Amino acid sequence: MNFDYTQLIPLLPEITVLTMACLVLVVDVYKTSKDSNLTYYLTQLTLVMAAILTIALPATETNRVFNGMFVADSMSDLLKLFIYIVSFMVFVYSREYLRAREMYRGEYFVLGLFGILGMMIMVSAHNLLMVYLGLELLSLCLYAMVAMQRNVVTVSEAAMKYFVLGALASGMLLYGMSLLYGATGTLDIVEMSNKLSTGDLSSSLIMITGMVFLITGLGFKLGAVPFHMWVPDVYHGAPTSVTLYIGAAPKIAAFALVMRLLVEGLGSMQAQWQDILIIMTVLSLFVGNVIAIAQTNIKRMLAYSTISHVAYLLLGIIAGTQSGYVASMFYVIVYAIMSMAAFGMILFLSRAGFEADSLDDLKGLNERSPWYAFMMLIVMFSMAGVPPLLGFWAKLAVLKAVVEVDLVWLAVTAVAFSIIGAFYYLRVVKLMYFDKAEDTNDFIAGPDMRFFLSANALAILGLGIFPGGLLSLCASALGM
Amino acid sequence: MENTYLGLVLAPLAGAIIAGLFGKQVGRAGAHWVTILGVGISFILSVLVFKHHVFDGGATYNETVYTWMVSDGITFQIGFLVDQLTALMICVVTFVSLMVHIYTIGYMHDDPGYQRFFSYIALFTFSMLMLVMSNNFMQLFFGWEAVGLVSYLLIGFWFKKDTAIYANLKAFLVNRVGDFGFLLGIAAVLMYFGSLNYADVFALAPSLKDSTVEVFPGTEWSLMTMVCILLFIGAMGKSAQVPLHVWLPDSMEGPTPISALIHAATMVTAGVFMVARMSPLYEYSETALGFVMVIGAITAFFMGLVGIVQNDIKRVVAYSTLSQLGYMMVAAGASAYAAAIFHLMTHAFFKALLFLAAGSVIIAMHHKQDIREMGGLKKYMPITYWTSLFGSLALIGFPGTSGFFSKDAIIEAVHASSVPGADIAYWAVLLGVFITALYSFRMFFLVFHGKERMDHHTKEHLHETPWVVTGPLMLLAIPSLIIGYLTVESVLFGDYFKDAIFVLPEHNVLAKIGENYTSEIGFVLHGMMAPPFWLAMGGLFTAWFIYMKKPEIADNIKNNMQWIYKLLDKKYFADEFNEAFFAGGSRGIGRLLWRNGDIRIIDGLMVNGSANSIGWLSSVVRHVQTGYLYHYAFVMIVGLMLLLGWHLF
Amino acid sequence: MLEEYLPIWIFMLVGLGFGAVLLTVGFVLSPHRPDSEKLSPYECGFEAFEDTRMKFDVRYYLVAILFIIFDLEIAFLFPWAIVLDEIGWFGFGAMFIFLAILVIGFIYEWKKGALEWE
Repeated sequence: MNFDYTQLIPLLPEITVLTMACLVLVVDVYKTSKDSNLTYYLTQLTLVMAAILTIALPATETNRVFNGMFVADSMSDLLKLFIYIVSFMVFVYSREYLRAREMYRGEYFVLGLFGILGMMIMVSAHNLLMVYLGLELLSLCLYAMVAMQRNVVTVSEAAMKYFVLGALASGMLLYGMSLLYGATGTLDIVEMSNKLSTGDLSSSLIMITGMVFLITGLGFKLGAVPFHMWVPDVYHGAPTSVTLYIGAAPKIAAFALVMRLLVEGLGSMQAQWQDILIIMTVLSLFVGNVIAIAQTNIKRMLAYSTISHVAYLLLGIIAGTQSGYVASMFYVIVYAIMSMAAFGMILFLSRAGFEADSLDDLKGLNERSPWYAFMMLIVMFSMAGVPPLLGFWAKLAVLKAVVEVDLVWLAVTAVAFSIIGAFYYLRVVKLMYFDKAEDTNDFIAGPDMRFFLSANALAILGLGIFPGGLLSLCASALGM
Repeated sequence: MENTYLGLVLAPLAGAIIAGLFGKQVGRAGAHWVTILGVGISFILSVLVFKHHVFDGGATYNETVYTWMVSDGITFQIGFLVDQLTALMICVVTFVSLMVHIYTIGYMHDDPGYQRFFSYIALFTFSMLMLVMSNNFMQLFFGWEAVGLVSYLLIGFWFKKDTAIYANLKAFLVNRVGDFGFLLGIAAVLMYFGSLNYADVFALAPSLKDSTVEVFPGTEWSLMTMVCILLFIGAMGKSAQVPLHVWLPDSMEGPTPISALIHAATMVTAGVFMVARMSPLYEYSETALGFVMVIGAITAFFMGLVGIVQNDIKRVVAYSTLSQLGYMMVAAGASAYAAAIFHLMTHAFFKALLFLAAGSVIIAMHHKQDIREMGGLKKYMPITYWTSLFGSLALIGFPGTSGFFSKDAIIEAVHASSVPGADIAYWAVLLGVFITALYSFRMFFLVFHGKERMDHHTKEHLHETPWVVTGPLMLLAIPSLIIGYLTVESVLFGDYFKDAIFVLPEHNVLAKIGENYTSEIGFVLHGMMAPPFWLAMGGLFTAWFIYMKKPEIADNIKNNMQWIYKLLDKKYFADEFNEAFFAGGSRGIGRLLWRNGDIRIIDGLMVNGSANSIGWLSSVVRHVQTGYLYHYAFVMIVGLMLLLGWHLF
Repeated sequence: MLEEYLPIWIFMLVGLGFGAVLLTVGFVLSPHRPDSEKLSPYECGFEAFEDTRMKFDVRYYLVAILFIIFDLEIAFLFPWAIVLDEIGWFGFGAMFIFLAILVIGFIYEWKKGALEWE
């Protein structure tokens, strides 16, 4: 059998991550000292290597290998790159937290790496089976990571809920896929799109049913209402470092999934899925922004904030135009950067035996450290969409996209809810600057965390003042 | 060249960031080294740029560096327009800034806010460079506001002093008024020209010169006049022209180095620069030119008068600045933009010199600023004395000094001008020469000559200031004396500005004067026979006679002419009027709106009302999240069913 | 077309018959000495009827799960073995990588002590 080995070249980053993940696993079980940083450094090295490979082997054109199972294009390159960057920061932020909770073990990093591999496959999958494979690889890692601190009650509850609901959702996704397969006779995304573009298959009962099931699975992964119920409980219950992991990079992968399945695969059914996404978006806007106000736990609050951000992200997809997809892509990257900084700040404030996840724990942060209070201020303002921070440009881009397709009412709704949402972000700022500090302990974070956290927040400010670069990067990734 | 321009602009910014954010880490010496290095680099690059454009005949550079945003077809971008005008401006800005940086080491030596101060002035240099190098209105506005911000911060630098806070608030509010006009002007440009880029706007100007706009129904206004006057209102705020001049004298509450840098040499001249830069617009509106000229003339004359009765050394110089800014505006109004920029440059040097010399005196006098308590400082502070003398001579336009060339050119230009209002302006600037000489030498004599009126303690400690203070004085004294002689020919009558400044042939007064121009020497000789010279000498002599020879005359005049003295001393009651009318009036309206509009309707009904209902909604809806797994699964399945149903039924 | 399935039909018949014959022979020829333990249904080592909230040893499940993972790989090996001739060294390499990954998993569970009962 003749096999063209050059097909492996686009997969080199994936192969590297897989090999290194196995290596980290073996190294971890054989290492003698318990506190050794070896696994940590190897993990970070893996990400750097993968990033170098991705940059060194850019996809100049859409390159489909393994009979179209796997695709490498400029979108996958950019999204993967951001997955590495975000994961890198996640590991930096998590380090002290994990150490203080005796979770600083190989498993966290191995699962993390396999999860990253799952995301990379999701980003590059061009076949329903590959999509499922990537999704499950990621999900299984996430279930295990959530459950890592299993002797804590909230953690095991969160893990249980996540696992059961996740299984339900992936069952629905799989069912949807099987219906699509039944109707079109193919699992290949490109072929499916070709089949749908001719004839009236798009409006058939079986396709619509399949599509709704598919969207259910995607909605679960993204955390869009009404498939969002796991989000607050898991974000809240999971160890903060895992919440950080779940909250940042997987959203980028989920966005890729939406692009591959809905836009590339079911592109000719846009009229059908647009409606469904609009319903989900409006519900998400409502739930995300309104319920967040009543929260007292900051992780839970950020979970609802995630739901609302997902709604904004979907706006660009709903627009169904190239500039809308670019806006969504920009939004998801911006969201990942912001949520990383926000959860990073909770990790920064926490220490052994103290989670710092109550809103009250932020009180008087300005007295304790004006610099980090300012960093948090940037993050909160950006999430609220205050110009000239990055979050503002992201919101502006998606709103522009929906206005361009004459869905003005949707844009107005989104803006109205973002005003309501601004309340709970600003409340954090109020607590930091105008209330008395209750907690006066010193911060234990190391210099690396301090550096990256500051850089993270300043990036929000800097990229906000100069948003053109990132935006044009997204545009060129989608071939605009 | 792009890298040179970027480096030129960013070097001071880098210095400002390091000194400002890491002031504690780099320490006091670190702060001044890093900012001086930044501004020094900037200065060297400016000189290179100047050489490139002026001597090597480099082409005008007009490129976009970064596109910030594209909205509805209008691009907002950062770009540089570097031509002869810009090259001249950046050299002046960076040179004076560098001198002031060095001087500050001595002046602020014991101040606790040392690093903060250096950070601010470096930030100012950055902002000013952004302003003058801009190639579009948005960046111009950015620079405009940024220098305003730094000015605000620096006037209130000693933020524990009530008067300083009052002064910076005042500067801020008055500039808001000007900026409002400026912003409207930019908006009008955007609306009618459809672009923010200078090049596009200037290219369109000739075709739009006759178009009119109807702002209020039934009124037809010339578009050009409206745009130019609106932009000029901005310049009135920034360059402290009557009636928006009130903030500048109070800005002297800030430390002296910034009075020299910002409130005399550079920032306040931004308005003049802007008018010169916009010459392709102003040229098409005689009304606007006349407006500029009359406002300038009023400022030049009446503010000079106030200078005569001031007793605070810095305030005298401040009023002199106001008056000189008026001169520049008059020149711009007469279409002699080159003369305006020329005077801007010479003024930057000698006024910075005078301010720094005043600062040197203030240091020696232990931060006392009343000239009535000085006198006879000549023998204690020789360097300060001589440099002040040179500065004052340049200010009054003594033949041969830099001020002579620029001021004489302005007066001649106004004389030759046919723009409406030129007659009044001519007399105002002519008489202004006498007044300038009077107040300058009044101060000079009272400070350096005559009886030593200071108290015993101060007198004991009188001595010359350290080299970081006197060094910049000497370095500034050189251009104050000779720069005019060196550059008058090319800048005024030669082809220095090329396309940077646009003048219609029928407005070209400088060309008219140029017909009689033979050489620098000839210009000096001609000047010595013209009225301005004799007026200046008369002013000088009067000052000597009244304040040195027969001091009782001064008191007599003061007693016999009470009402005039009072009028001048109170600065024409401008502050009182503003206080009572604008401040009081707006407070009254504000209170009314606050009571009825804000508290009742907006706060009570809309804000709190909607906030309360959202809060209530939130507390209800949150119960959907029950925490039970089977509820969650149920919601998912129901959601799925509903979405399916949406399409199937 | 249906006749192609004839061998399968015969195979099933033979299998069924053979199984039935063996069971019958065993039942007829073996001695019968029943006691209570022998009569109780064998179910995973637990009592068939008792309180549902009982303690059980989680290690049992651990071993069972680990067993299943390694057991299922056989399902992948059988078809591979049949077409090995056609897929050649490439197929061999692919399976080698698969098994190598499996071995890493095995090393992990071994070193972590998942296979030790005590």
